[in-house]
Amino acid sequence: MKSHSNYGLMAEFKTAEELIHAAQATTNAGYHRIDAFSPFPVEGLADAVGFHSTRLPLVVLLGGMFGGVFGFLLQYYAAAISYPLNVGGRPLNSWPAFIPITFELTILFAAGAAVFGMLIMNGLPTPYHPVFNVPRFALASRDRFFLCIKARDPQFDLVGTRKFLESLNPREVSDIDV
Amino acid sequence: MADSPIDKLANGQPAPILGPGHDYASVTDKISSIVLAHKTPRWWIFGFAISFAFVMLLMYAVTYLFAVGVGTWGVQVPVAWGFAIVNFVWWIGIGHAGTLISAILLLLRQQWRTSINRFAEAMTLFAVACAGLFPVLHLGRPWVAYWLFPYPDTMKMWPNFRSPLVWDAFAVSTYATVSLLFWFIGLLPDLATLRDRAKNKAAKIIYGFLAMGWRGSAVHWFRHETASLLLAGLATPLVLSVHTIVSFDFAFGIVPGWHSTIFPPYFVAGAIYAGFAMVLTLSIPVRKVFGLEDFITARHLDNMGKVMLATGLIVGYGYMMEAFTGYYSANQFEKYITLNRMNGHYAVVYWCLIACNIITPQFLWFRKIRANVAALFTIAMVVNVGMWLERFVIVVTSLARDFTPSAWGNYYPTRWDWAVLFGSIGLFVALIFLFIRFLPLISIFEMRSLVNEEGKRVPENPGVPDMSS
Repeated sequence: MKSHSNYGLMAEFKTAEELIHAAQATTNAGYHRIDAFSPFPVEGLADAVGFHSTRLPLVVLLGGMFGGVFGFLLQYYAAAISYPLNVGGRPLNSWPAFIPITFELTILFAAGAAVFGMLIMNGLPTPYHPVFNVPRFALASRDRFFLCIKARDPQFDLVGTRKFLESLNPREVSDIDV
Repeated sequence: MADSPIDKLANGQPAPILGPGHDYASVTDKISSIVLAHKTPRWWIFGFAISFAFVMLLMYAVTYLFAVGVGTWGVQVPVAWGFAIVNFVWWIGIGHAGTLISAILLLLRQQWRTSINRFAEAMTLFAVACAGLFPVLHLGRPWVAYWLFPYPDTMKMWPNFRSPLVWDAFAVSTYATVSLLFWFIGLLPDLATLRDRAKNKAAKIIYGFLAMGWRGSAVHWFRHETASLLLAGLATPLVLSVHTIVSFDFAFGIVPGWHSTIFPPYFVAGAIYAGFAMVLTLSIPVRKVFGLEDFITARHLDNMGKVMLATGLIVGYGYMMEAFTGYYSANQFEKYITLNRMNGHYAVVYWCLIACNIITPQFLWFRKIRANVAALFTIAMVVNVGMWLERFVIVVTSLARDFTPSAWGNYYPTRWDWAVLFGSIGLFVALIFLFIRFLPLISIFEMRSLVNEEGKRVPENPGVPDMSS
C-alpha cells in the first residue's frame, strides 16, 4: 500500500554502531531507497546504505586539468599571439615563466570543482526537504542517528515497513509527511 | 584539580586532546552556546569597540592616502617599498599557519588539530584580507588595480606574465578563494547545527540560509569527506607556492640581499613560524574567556610551541645562510649589505629581530615553559613582532644600500605608515571578534567525530596512553 502523503518512515537511534547495524539489516532485507543521517561522518555508513563510490575525484581531476590548460593557453595567447613583445630576442613562448600562474589556476579550478561538485552532486542548496518535518530530526545535527526508508521503495509498505523498523530496536519510528 | 592536563604532562605522559566526560551533546551545546547566547558579553562589546576604532583609523588613513597620494608615506626613491610591502608579507605569512593546520595536519592525521583548525582557518582568511589591501594601497593609481588581471581590454594590452608581481596577484587571489571555499565547506554542517539549535527566528533563517539545507545524510557526508580530503591535498602545495611566489618578488630582483635561492624555503618556514605565533596569541585568550580548556588543551599549546621551535630553528638557519652567502659570494655588494644589516643605519632593527626570532624561541626547548600559558603567550607576541622586523630588514635595508652610493637613501615611516599598520591590525582583530560571536570557533562536527573515536579507544585498551597522534 503506497501512501502519497508520506515521504517514508524514520527510525531514531542512539549510537553510530546501532545505525550502521540497522542500515545493513535494512539493505539486507531488500530495501534500496534508504538514507541514513548522522551528526558527523560515520565510517562505513555510506556503504551500509548501498553507496559505495563517488565520481567527485574525477570531477576534481578534470577541473584541475582544465585550469592548467586554460592557464597556460591564456599566457601563451597573450605573450606569443595577441601582444608579442621582443625582449632582447628571447623566445615569445617563455614557458618556464608561465609555470607559476599555470599552477595557481590548476589549483583554483580543481578546488572550485571539489566544492561546487560536492554541492551539486549532493543537491545542495535544498530549500525544502521532508525529513525536517520529523520534529526530533533537529537532533540529527546534535547527537542522534536516523534511518529513513523512503515511500518510493518498491518494497515499502506503511504497516509492514514500520514493523520491520521497530524490530531493529530504535528509540522511535515516525512518519515523514511530505 | 589533581587530574588536570598539565599534571599529566609533568608525569611524562601525553595529555589528552579532549577533556574527560564529554559526549556528542555536550560538545555541541558548549560550542554552539557561545554563538547562540542571547546576551553579548560586555568584554566582547568593549574589545570590538576598540578594534573597530582602529578600523576607522585605517579608513581615515586610506582615504587620506587616496586623496593625496603615496607621498604621504615615507616611501622615496630608492626605498619605494616601505611599510606597505613589509605589512603585506607579514600578513600573508601569518595566514599560512591556518592552512597548515587545516590541510597538512589533516593529511598527516594529526587529530589534535581538530579543535584549533576552524579558528586558524578564520585567522588565515582575515590575515589574507589584510594582506590583500597593501599591494593595492601602494599603487600609484589604486583605482586601476584590476589591470593586474588579464581581460580583453580596449588598450589591447595584457599583464606581463613573466613578472613575479603578476604571479603574486594570481597566487594571493587563488589562496584567498581556496581558503574561503575550504572554510565554508567545513562550516556547512556546523551551520546546520546552529540552524537546528537557534531559538531566535532571525538566527534560524540566516543560519538556515547559509547551511543550504544540509541534513547530514550518509551519502552527503561521504562526498563531503572526499571533497575535504581533496581540498586538503590541493591546499598543501598551494600554501607552499604562495609564499614561494611572495619570496620571488624579492629573489627575482638583482638587488643585493634579495637575489638568493634560499628565499623560498626560508620564507615558507618564516610564514609558518609567524602563523603559529599568531594562532597562540589568539587561542590563549579565547580558551580562557570561553572556558574552552577542555577542547584547546595543554597538549595543543605544547604542540604549537614545538612547531614554533622547529620552524624558528629553520628560520635561524635561513639567517645564518644569508650571512654566509654574503661572505662566501666574493661579491662586494652582497658582502656589504650583509655587514650593513649588522652594523649600518638599521642595525638596531636587525639585532632586535635576532633577539625576537632566534633567542626568544630557545625557551621553548623546556617543557615547563611550553606548559606555562603566560610564558607561551609572551613568546608568541615577541615572535609576532620579530617576524614583522624581519620583513622590514629584508625590504628596507637592501633598497636603502644597493649598488651606487650616490643612490643611497634612508627610509623613515610617517605617521600615515603607522596608521595603516595599526589600522590593519584593528581590522584583523575586529574580524576575529565578529567571527567568534557569529560562527562556531571550533568545528563542532569534527569534535563529535573525536568524541566517537575517543569513546571507541577506551574499552579496547584501558589505561594505555594514546601514542598514535
